[in-house]
Amino acid sequence: MPRLDNIKKILVIGSGPIVIGQAAEFDYAGTQACQALKEEGFEVILVNSNPATIMTDTNMADKVYIEPLTKEFVTRIIRQEKPDGLLATLGGQTGLNLAMELDEAGILEEENVALLGTDLEAIKKAEDRDLFRSLMQEIGEPVPPSDIIHTVEEALKFAERIGYPIIVRPAYTLGGTGGGIVTNEEELREIVASGLKYSPITQCLVEKSIAGFKEIEYEVMRDAADNAIVVCNMENIDPVGIHTGDSIVVAPSQTMSDREYQMLRSSSLKIIRALNIQGGCNVQLALDPDSFQYYIIEVNPRVSRSSALASKATGYPIAKMAAKIAVGYTLDELKNPVTEQTYACFEPTLDYIVTKIPRWPFDKFISANRKLGTQMKATGEVMAIGRTLEESLHKAVRSLEIGLHSLELPEAKELSQEELEHRLVKADDERLFLIMEGMRRGMTEEKIHELTKIDYFFLAKFKNIIHLEKEMAEAIASRTFDMQMLRQAKRMGFTDRRIAEVTGLASSDVEARRKEAGLTPVYKMVDTCAAEFEAATPYYYSTYEDEDEREETGKPRVIVLGSGPIRIGQGIEFDYSTVHAVWALKEMGYEAVIINNNPETVSTDFSTSDRLYFEPLYIEDVLHIIEKEKPEGVIVQFGGQTAINLAADLEEAGVKILGTDLANIDAAEDREKFEKLLRSLDIAQPPGKTVTTVEAAVEAADSLGYPVLVRPSYVLGGRAMEIVYNEQELLTYMREAVKINPDHPVLVDTYLMGAEVEVDAISDGENVLIPGIMEHIERAGVHSGDSIAVYPAQTIPGQLKEELIDMTTRIARGLQIKGLLNIQFVIHKNKAYVLEVNPRSSRTVPFLSKITNLPMANIATKVILGHTIPELGYTPGYHPEADHVSVKVPVFSFAKLRRVDTTLGPEMKSTGEVMGRDTNLAKALYKGLIASGMSIPTHGSLLVTVADKDKEEAVDIIQSFHRLGFKLLATEGTARYLEGKGMNVTCVRKVNEASPNMLDIIREGEASFVLNTLTKGKTPERDGFRIRRESAENGVVCLTSLDTAQALLRVLEAITFSAESMPRFAASEGAYVHE
Amino acid sequence: MVKQARLVLEDGTVFIGKSFGAEEESLGEVVFNTGITGYQEVLSDPSYCGQIVTMTYPMIGNYGINRDDFESMRPFLHGFVVREHCEVPNNWRNEQTVDAMLKEYGIPGIAEVDTRKLTRIIRQHGTLKGVITTSGESVESLLEKLKAPLMEDQVARVSTKNLFPVPGRGPRIVLVDFGAKYGILRELTNRGCDVIVAPYNVTADEIRRIRPDGILLSNGPGDPKNVPEAIRMIQEILGEYPLFGICLGHQLFALACGADTERMKFGHRGGNHPVKELVTGRTHITSQNHGYAVSADSVANTELEVSHIALNDGTVEGLIHKKHAAFSVQYHPEAAPGPYDSNYLFDRFLEQVATFVKGEKAHATTR
Repeated sequence: MPRLDNIKKILVIGSGPIVIGQAAEFDYAGTQACQALKEEGFEVILVNSNPATIMTDTNMADKVYIEPLTKEFVTRIIRQEKPDGLLATLGGQTGLNLAMELDEAGILEEENVALLGTDLEAIKKAEDRDLFRSLMQEIGEPVPPSDIIHTVEEALKFAERIGYPIIVRPAYTLGGTGGGIVTNEEELREIVASGLKYSPITQCLVEKSIAGFKEIEYEVMRDAADNAIVVCNMENIDPVGIHTGDSIVVAPSQTMSDREYQMLRSSSLKIIRALNIQGGCNVQLALDPDSFQYYIIEVNPRVSRSSALASKATGYPIAKMAAKIAVGYTLDELKNPVTEQTYACFEPTLDYIVTKIPRWPFDKFISANRKLGTQMKATGEVMAIGRTLEESLHKAVRSLEIGLHSLELPEAKELSQEELEHRLVKADDERLFLIMEGMRRGMTEEKIHELTKIDYFFLAKFKNIIHLEKEMAEAIASRTFDMQMLRQAKRMGFTDRRIAEVTGLASSDVEARRKEAGLTPVYKMVDTCAAEFEAATPYYYSTYEDEDEREETGKPRVIVLGSGPIRIGQGIEFDYSTVHAVWALKEMGYEAVIINNNPETVSTDFSTSDRLYFEPLYIEDVLHIIEKEKPEGVIVQFGGQTAINLAADLEEAGVKILGTDLANIDAAEDREKFEKLLRSLDIAQPPGKTVTTVEAAVEAADSLGYPVLVRPSYVLGGRAMEIVYNEQELLTYMREAVKINPDHPVLVDTYLMGAEVEVDAISDGENVLIPGIMEHIERAGVHSGDSIAVYPAQTIPGQLKEELIDMTTRIARGLQIKGLLNIQFVIHKNKAYVLEVNPRSSRTVPFLSKITNLPMANIATKVILGHTIPELGYTPGYHPEADHVSVKVPVFSFAKLRRVDTTLGPEMKSTGEVMGRDTNLAKALYKGLIASGMSIPTHGSLLVTVADKDKEEAVDIIQSFHRLGFKLLATEGTARYLEGKGMNVTCVRKVNEASPNMLDIIREGEASFVLNTLTKGKTPERDGFRIRRESAENGVVCLTSLDTAQALLRVLEAITFSAESMPRFAASEGAYVHE
Repeated sequence: MVKQARLVLEDGTVFIGKSFGAEEESLGEVVFNTGITGYQEVLSDPSYCGQIVTMTYPMIGNYGINRDDFESMRPFLHGFVVREHCEVPNNWRNEQTVDAMLKEYGIPGIAEVDTRKLTRIIRQHGTLKGVITTSGESVESLLEKLKAPLMEDQVARVSTKNLFPVPGRGPRIVLVDFGAKYGILRELTNRGCDVIVAPYNVTADEIRRIRPDGILLSNGPGDPKNVPEAIRMIQEILGEYPLFGICLGHQLFALACGADTERMKFGHRGGNHPVKELVTGRTHITSQNHGYAVSADSVANTELEVSHIALNDGTVEGLIHKKHAAFSVQYHPEAAPGPYDSNYLFDRFLEQVATFVKGEKAHATTR
């Protein structure tokens, strides 16, 4: 079927900010979709609130709207643009939900917009548990015994009938928010109550638990002519019971016979036919490990995280094909873009093993509940490709950047056997390593299987690794360690360093022996067809075999290091810059080579670069590629701290680092060198000291004066950074948060209260271009990534701006920056102090690029390769400010992370961001806050619990809420204080008092906003913590910074009408105006 | 102790690997199969008689060998080449490892081979002859051995020697066994057919004596031109009974109707081959295993019509007779291994059988 000819203009809805359960994979999907539609000649209109994406680049669509993804805003866009079609199946759950809302409100019909791809009927059937179950019954596909419930009582009745354990799944939520497995009535009551709250239709599915079954996924596609195919199937190493997003997954499935494979394949295709899917779809199934009994778990009628993984795992671009199907094409007329000869209507076959491991945020959220269950907690993931499972697994582990280069977690040794076994049963993020530890201790596979239910096949593979480690150690002792064994180790994915560790040889010795034996990796291609057809994809992975397929082109090339998995503090913004760097290189005629391991992103789309190496960003792997590629140099400044951290080792190995020199990178990151530089430039920074003992820290804090900001040196995303107000807190911090010793110094700085300002700049070493100065709404002390950033700065006087520009220029020159840099300042008593300098691309590059229309990463790349800023046609200095005001608002995933304190502080917690842009600050803020998911009711109530130290400052804010007609709720002390200031306050009970207390008020939705500032301590038992968590879990806006509250107030004031009595008549102008 | 094995190709390429299965020396045509699962069915598919099969998926044997999934009594292939064979398989039906099974039937295997390199060689040069050996014999002398022509009597080796019935209460189908997979029999008996399995050299008269309602020509190994007796039989009997040909059966049917077959560069072997049914425009993913194909040009001057083509290379995948109730497909509707998408073809065949029987009866009563 040819493309639909009645459609000319298509609106594509993106997925909004990155949150847990909906991450960078939708940037990849959305970008592919937009490219595919443009390729077909459609006019593409895009709406997405996320500025950090490639998708929202103005060249991705004919028109890009970075506006809130709400019915109101999208309706406006529809009325304005009058698109013929709407494509919503590539924008995750957000896109689907929005399309459904628009449909239900009659907007699509009214404006005559056709929904492209899978229709809403199908989407409802797939997503509404009730409809889905009856459809499955109709077509004879098995589902576990379950019931749809709308109240806790109904859930209890089901439990009586079926028995525990039971899985609770709320309807229409992301990544299973609010769900879980329960084993008793108490848990059932709690989880069901929260699940019902999260479900927009107050509905949950309660289901007999089939934990322990194999969890299998099929990524399937179907077109309007009923051609249906499987792109990829995957098997979770973790059996049913752990959310697939939190499971270690391999592709293809490993433990199913062909009969089982085909049985589930047929079932998946039958389902997508029954649903009338037109595009991509994900089917999750559970298979009994001891029979042919299987159940359908769920179906996602859209592209998903799994489809991004399947696309990268096979090379088959699902989102692109789905977009083409949506506009009428059939699979049998679309070419397979990998081979360019065969057709898209076929099933990819793999000749390698892919392993995906999630990346969890527990390194940042130490107090978080790490237990894994049906609610997803990972922020990102890594993928690795190998020819053996052991190789693939090893590569995945070192891609994670959790400080491990092997499957040994040193801390695991400390665990008691009891603890170890407990944690094998109650899976957490470290279970893989604990299994290895168990095996090292001699636990049998039977025992481990009993505790984990992991298939013996996988356990045997894990065992192989342990076994070879032992063999190597023994061989060294008996002088029989030979090339054969070394080869075996390399083929199992061991690093030289690990081999050195287990053999006691020096790493360099292992490397030398290996090279002597000619043991170097070869690169094989990912081609969708296991080499059956010739492929045109420049998509490679390494392995230790005979034939290298990389083709030499003879062109000059540059390697760009990517940023690895998405984690808090290093998000999609870095992928954005990486992609732009690659495009700039291609523009300049270089061959652009990417090394990265994140399957969700645009940078790992094989069509982005000239050559993609899907490999760990680990020094050995990176050096091997460099040896093959022999590039002009390597660019490290776009891949976040991941790439920067490799710079020293690369340089030591004789690799040319392009852009800012390693010495200067070091000067910016090394405290002492940096202080020296600033002193020489006569630039102020908050007074501080570097200490290596607890005593010295106390002394330093005393001499600087409290409050002080403490942190370990070399931090990412403000890890373990805290403001402490007294010695007691300092000692607690030193004891609990950091390992202090001469190798791990701690920095103690004066905490300067004031506005935080952030500047991004591009420098060629001499000329410095400053695209913009951003001001943070939240004062210094709140991590810049968690602050609302405003451009242009609103409260910084002109002269101070000049100073900032001058300081930035001098620092850039002082550090001989070639490329990007980012500086954070604090404005204290009208004077600017430098907080930190990042000699690399920053989180704000995409935001600033978009609002200033300066392609920052592109310019920086050209500068890195030797151009000067004037040569490129840009005027050095401060780029003229834009007329509009833009704000970048952080988005958090607190609802998904139990026991994490939501209060804002020096440690970054947000997972994503949105942008609001309008003619003034209040309007921009309104859009930003709405887009971030905040609901802004213009009347209601404000629950106040502020620390004594903040009361005075908070009064004005509270007064303003009061004036706008908000009812004030507070506990006795605060209430009395506020009443003393002339406000009416309703007194409420404290957290530990009898119901109804504050928590009940939050739970019942009786507070529109909560204003809570941090008292002290961050332990979960404290009242403030419980108030904040209760708010997060019930979706109530909780303001933990007075600055954020002030900003919200500004918005409220702009959109609310206060009721005021008429002024008393006074003979003034006395003009009567007649209408 | 692990023993070294070598795979030597006729172009002189030598792969050194690890011996598994039987320690025998064995020659054959080296082909690759792209299926990820289904190695047990591949190993026991008689169509691979005389061939050395390499699997493109690098891990083989993960779920072991079970007692249900054999496609024939015993494997007939001449060697098995893998990147890694799984020593510790796991599946609830698992009974033995691939290694143990190959040993049982005296078939040599070689593991630790860069199978992707081997596949690329076959893709570029076409199917080659090769030898697996654990001996220390020189490459020159092995190459010398490879000059000998390969066997041409595969069908005779794998076919049943005698007629045997698989009783059922439905229509009586003669399954002519050129190396039939059990899957075909399974599909027929599942539909209640009364199946009589006949040897490859069954004559038309012998078939007539069975008084069948339909004839199914099975799959089988090798070049269809090596089975002239079957071609003669088909020519004789065409039109008397509804006829359905699968794989080699399809090629024999084509030859019997005057079309020609040709050897392909490296064939189609795997479970992911898209085939387009021309009349509906629908594409099905099919299971395939063939090194010969009906040449498209040769169909023009016959009473045959091309009904299916391979989406990727346009080769003939299905034929239908313009006058008689007879059709055939190059691929495997019985799956095993591979997708069940084309299972409907058995229903189609049996519908033809039913209509034909009814027609005959109607004819008889009017007479």
